[in-house]
Amino acid sequence: MRVTFEVNGEEVTADNVWAGESLLYVLRERLGLPGSKNACEQGECGSCTVYLDGSTACSCMIAAGQCEGRTVQTVEGLVEESGEGTDKQLGSVQEAFVEAGAVQCGFCTPGLLVQTDDLLSRTVRTGQEAPADTEIREALAGNLCRCTGYEKIIDAVRLAAEREAEKSGGGAA
Amino acid sequence: MEFLSPSTWEEALAAKSAHPDAVPITGGTDVMVELNFDQHRPPALLDLTRVTELFEWEPDGSQLRLGAGVSYTTIIEKLGRHAPALAQASRSVASPQIRNRGSVGGNLGGASPAGDSHPPLLATDATIELASVRGTRHVPAREFYLGPRRTARQQDELIAAVLLPQPSGPQQFCKIGPRNAMVIAVTAFSLAFNTATREVGTGIGSAGPTPLRATEAEQFLAAEFDWDSGALSEEAIRRFGELVASAARPIDDVRGTADYRKHALSVIARRALGWSVSEYRKGEPQCV
Ligand SMILES: Cc1cc2nc3c(=O)[nH]c(=O)nc-3n(C[C@H](O)[C@H](O)[C@H](O)COP(=O)(O)OP(=O)(O)OC[C@H]3O[C@@H](n4cnc5c(N)ncnc54)[C@H](O)[C@@H]3O)c2cc1C
Ligand code: FES
Ligand code: FES
Repeated sequence: MRVTFEVNGEEVTADNVWAGESLLYVLRERLGLPGSKNACEQGECGSCTVYLDGSTACSCMIAAGQCEGRTVQTVEGLVEESGEGTDKQLGSVQEAFVEAGAVQCGFCTPGLLVQTDDLLSRTVRTGQEAPADTEIREALAGNLCRCTGYEKIIDAVRLAAEREAEKSGGGAA
Repeated sequence: MEFLSPSTWEEALAAKSAHPDAVPITGGTDVMVELNFDQHRPPALLDLTRVTELFEWEPDGSQLRLGAGVSYTTIIEKLGRHAPALAQASRSVASPQIRNRGSVGGNLGGASPAGDSHPPLLATDATIELASVRGTRHVPAREFYLGPRRTARQQDELIAAVLLPQPSGPQQFCKIGPRNAMVIAVTAFSLAFNTATREVGTGIGSAGPTPLRATEAEQFLAAEFDWDSGALSEEAIRRFGELVASAARPIDDVRGTADYRKHALSVIARRALGWSVSEYRKGEPQCV
């Protein structure tokens, strides 16, 4: 079947999609968006996390046909336009992960970035306080990392939250 | 394999009737695991995510009508007052990503004895609304679970909604797992006091071929509890735990032994009862 939906702001079409095919497969193998990683295909690791119509989900757990006409944002969509032309630069969450040393092999990173972006959207970006450590842990409970031991990841989320709170002028409400 | 994508409830029922082998898919958090690992190749998938009625919920007189597709996240965020035990159970399901998609309808469709929504549905005496082109019928949760993954749902039926009586007293859900998040229950227990009828309801998860009730424990507690003063002896609390454990029919498996499950159940049943009794005495409405 043919599935047409919006990914990172652009309408895309995938042809010859098998009815049981996951969104993850379509993104990686048909649309050339390898940011979302395939590590378990059973919802356990979170490395395939994307936004579907604004809420985060494991793309390996979504049938591609369920996305017809819907809106998907992947980790590729977290980059920010830099002033000049079509150049892109890392978004603030991505920068914070690099700076805090939260990236080693990087397999878990895309899912963690999307899930962190979602956490910040629900907290500092709406003028609320930076998330407490318990909230950070809760938000990332579905994302496995084999390499970092999580401490650096949590540091990175704190750093990203602080910066965004400063940027939005809120955060201490 | 076909992909059926009805956009109305009538179309969905017609599709299920025309293709009884079609596998309904809502959040996909159970269905996709089977497809990704090629454990199952159904002739068709019946996508229910376009049927808007399934994602609605509304207080309806003395009960809450919860559409089968409503996500755990919505239950946690919006329905803590209407369905306290189910909201507590929803909090304990998997991860945020899974809770954003997974639904009570899907939990009932799969009917795993470990499904976290089952104990609260049993304890609160909820009703499952089933529909087909032949019509709509209501089955009490207490009659829904028939055997391992076998339920009262007929092949041509879809789960439309769950009807939850408005809470009339404390409700609790407790779950035992090796870590805080992302675990299927080793065992789980739910307790609901019905102050209006002076009855109590229980639900046991992951400790039998189906979710179970502890009816003897329910009757014992309803008789032993002083509904006027909220008094209950320590001895009665201990006995309640024993009766709950004795209603379980657990097996040894990778997640725990039968003995451990019984022991854990007696402990969480006592805890749930202790919390419920103090809440009852305070007379505060349950709020999560
Ligand atoms: C990593 C992970 C962790 C998990 N942890 C938990 C946990 O802690 N606790 C827990 O209880 N579950 C857990 N689950 C299982 C799953 O998330 C739940 O069972 C969830 O409620 C399924 O809902 P869904 O909408 O995703 O169902 P789907 O996968 O869409 O469907 C599940 C079943 O129900 C049927 N179905 C769906 N909707 C209907 C309908 N309206 N009418 C008739 N049949 C229908 C489907 O055909 C299928 O048989 C976990 C799953 C994963 C992947
Ligand atoms: S690949 Fe989707 S959760 Fe692991
Ligand atoms: S950095 Fe390797 S899995 Fe997380």
